[in-house]
Amino acid sequence: MPETFIPSGTTDVADLIKWAAAETRPLSLHGHRSKAGLGRPAQTEYALDMSRLSGILDYEPAELVLTLRPGTLVSDVEKLLGARNQMLAFEPPDYGPLWGHAAARGTIGGAIGCNLAGPRRFKAGAVRDHLLGFTAVSGRGEIFKAGAKVVKNVTGYDLPKLVCGAYGTLAALTEVTLKVLPAPEKTRTVLVFGLDDARAIQALAAAAASPHEVAGLAHLPAAVAALSGVAYVAKAGTGVTAVRIEGTDISVKARCEALRDLLGSFGAPLEELHSMNSAWLWREIRDAAAFALPQDRVLWRLSTAPLSGPAVTAAIVAAQPEARFFYDWAGGLVWLTLPPAQDAHAALVRGAIAAYGGGHATLIRADLATRAAVPVFQPQPEALAALSRRVKDSFDPINILNPGRMAPSAGN
Amino acid sequence: MLMPAPEQDIIAQRLDLIAALRAIVPGEGVIADETSLRAFECDGLTAYRQLPLVAVLPSTVQQVSDVMKLCNERGVKIVPRGAGTSLSGGALPLADGVLLGLGKFNKVLDIDWDNRCAVVQPGVTNLGITRAVEHRGFYYAPDPSSQIACTIGGNVAENSGGVHCLKYGLTTNNILGVEMVLMNGDVVRLGGKHLDAEGYDLMGIICGSEGLLGVITEVTVRILPKPTTQRAVLAGFPTSESAGDCVAKIIAAGIIPGGMEMMDRPAIHAAEDFVHAGYPRDVEALLIIELDGPPAEVDDLLARVKVIAEQCGSVSLRVSQSEDERLSFWAGRKAAFPAVGRISPDYLCMDGTIPRKTLPLVLTRMGQLSEKYGLRVANVFHAGDGNLHPLILYDANNPGELERAEEFGADILRLCVEVGGVLTGEHGVGVEKRDLMPAMFTEADLAQQMRVKCAFDPNHRLNPGKVFPVLHRCAELGRMHVHKGQLAFPDLPRF
Repeated sequence: MPETFIPSGTTDVADLIKWAAAETRPLSLHGHRSKAGLGRPAQTEYALDMSRLSGILDYEPAELVLTLRPGTLVSDVEKLLGARNQMLAFEPPDYGPLWGHAAARGTIGGAIGCNLAGPRRFKAGAVRDHLLGFTAVSGRGEIFKAGAKVVKNVTGYDLPKLVCGAYGTLAALTEVTLKVLPAPEKTRTVLVFGLDDARAIQALAAAAASPHEVAGLAHLPAAVAALSGVAYVAKAGTGVTAVRIEGTDISVKARCEALRDLLGSFGAPLEELHSMNSAWLWREIRDAAAFALPQDRVLWRLSTAPLSGPAVTAAIVAAQPEARFFYDWAGGLVWLTLPPAQDAHAALVRGAIAAYGGGHATLIRADLATRAAVPVFQPQPEALAALSRRVKDSFDPINILNPGRMAPSAGN
Repeated sequence: MLMPAPEQDIIAQRLDLIAALRAIVPGEGVIADETSLRAFECDGLTAYRQLPLVAVLPSTVQQVSDVMKLCNERGVKIVPRGAGTSLSGGALPLADGVLLGLGKFNKVLDIDWDNRCAVVQPGVTNLGITRAVEHRGFYYAPDPSSQIACTIGGNVAENSGGVHCLKYGLTTNNILGVEMVLMNGDVVRLGGKHLDAEGYDLMGIICGSEGLLGVITEVTVRILPKPTTQRAVLAGFPTSESAGDCVAKIIAAGIIPGGMEMMDRPAIHAAEDFVHAGYPRDVEALLIIELDGPPAEVDDLLARVKVIAEQCGSVSLRVSQSEDERLSFWAGRKAAFPAVGRISPDYLCMDGTIPRKTLPLVLTRMGQLSEKYGLRVANVFHAGDGNLHPLILYDANNPGELERAEEFGADILRLCVEVGGVLTGEHGVGVEKRDLMPAMFTEADLAQQMRVKCAFDPNHRLNPGKVFPVLHRCAELGRMHVHKGQLAFPDLPRF
């Protein structure tokens, strides 16, 4: 175990990173380690536990902004916002259980570092679309800020985008400002039973192209639907296609009606889920809960053009009949589990994506040796990889922040 | 406004450079005569003008790459340009720089209905995208007021917004992929038809980088189904406080309108005199609140907005009953800039964002500044997201008045920062706000931004003189001053 420092303020963090830079001591950054299994395994002598940098600094519901320390639990933030009928529209997932951790241990800093987003992603955006500004310490040990605390700003480079999904390799965030949005008054879900994958994705595309402002578009093949905690879904015995509607009471009812007409044209039976069941189903989809167990199976998260989803999975199933998967984001997000393998079937998975329109695949779960050997993140063409390395150098020239977590680095 | 001193050795090589450029872009693609170059001497910020060394209008990505590689090797600066509608001088030419126009990249390459996206060349206009997809009920959401002319490439460079961006986002939230050429000639593709980046979100940083990081040669944008219904409320208020209160209460009630615009008394009067939109003249603030979406949702929310406006003391309230009426509500707002142009020979359009709750304070202080400088000001305000557009009225024919207007504008932007806001909400920094950057950012903040610039363009050849008040050499920015020493943090808990 690395020796772990637990700073409680921005200045502490800056002092520690300055020291680490001067002594060339790489540091691992983490909160509650709920996503420690995500990314390449990076071994360092020292670690920075950022979880004590927590708490709300400013919350102005009418301005739609929330400023807080990144060590704050996502679940605490959701409670705070819920009390004012607001939410984090990117719907932060809780992946901890995918690696056997307790639920609800993820921090805001972790959500930002991994740029994770739930089923509303295709409509509302990811974390990157909601991080307005931050204060951080670079790998040079320098405190700097970027962005701002207002919802509309183009002053200077949009560095907040860059730290989202950077896995702590560019800077240690010490204060962040997020855009928050009103929570929907009512949520319902229209279910369609018995469509095969290709038909289901066409149904989702039709819903997405309709003016009914859908806020969730998923398809669970029969084997995955059977694992749901929602009885309507689990007992269907077929594939289940789900379309979520959010808004005011009158509006949700009217749009569900319209969607039932639209989806009815696909000739399959329909059902409607109300608030509780709806929330449960979309939480399962958000967290890929169906794939939490068994944990020895490798788990992939694929991002493709929505209509390519079924072709990609068909190519994978042809080679690996043991593959299990479901679709979110109208087909553009595929969760996929496969039997354990030394190479995690990386060539098969990435080859299928490349063959059907492109995108990328992240190896979410595999043992340490596999994650050290297989690129966890989609490899980039050389010009782009070189540019990414130069960007990393511009924040962290001696490579002391989470070295090797995203891409292999010299000496790692 | 001081631009970097032109490099005389580059200017001395002009003819040689023109010949080398002609070898890459044949025919009329290289423009060198003074008369033709006049067309490029300024962008939407017309107070500043400069003839470029030469202008190049390539028509293939290979040509763009070759031009950039050539310029990089010769140490020649490049200023990229779309339609030249920037309001902050982002496309202002340099006397020792090549102006790289992307106007020939004007094709819609692919409309992918099933995946709800369109692949377009950077010279396609913003409105051109909507025109290409509207026959099937789709549109491209960001709608800057220059949308007839401005190009999607320029929109990406400036991260353009529009009146609908509180609900639908800025450019950065509506693009899926870009192809761009780096200063060294490398062509890289970021994103595609899928969501999120596989590594660093470089597309996120390209968007809004004001042409300093790369030249966009292709953009994949999301297209959205058009909302079925749009209806608007026109509400007049006796004070800006009560109008601001109404905006805050609408959002606190969980309503995000498609558009929510405010105008102050001078702006209302100028607009009403110009287009006779039927605006009330006896109010201090006017709100246009537009709701869009499915009809049931719009009707429902409209009723709630009406109640809130009444509770906040609205003295005149109309709800659009027809599409014509809705458009008439907008007619005055959309004509606000030319309307102000009618009552003043010249005006400066500012673009700060403030926390909405500080609006009354900012308007009061702006009134005091108006007296101090002896110049009138009219305000239009994207009220939903706090983006303020003060229009400073002046007459360039009066000696010193432009300078006074600029000082007034700078004071307004400093005020925006002072109350917790920013220098620019959607127009960009460019040359206009460049020297105000230190009002918002520390040296360390700016140094980190410039280091990112160095990762893309280590010799500062791409659009220099914009955004950053002082350009430090990349080697100097990269230097680290480290002092080896013992770890001495006795107070820090560790395990």
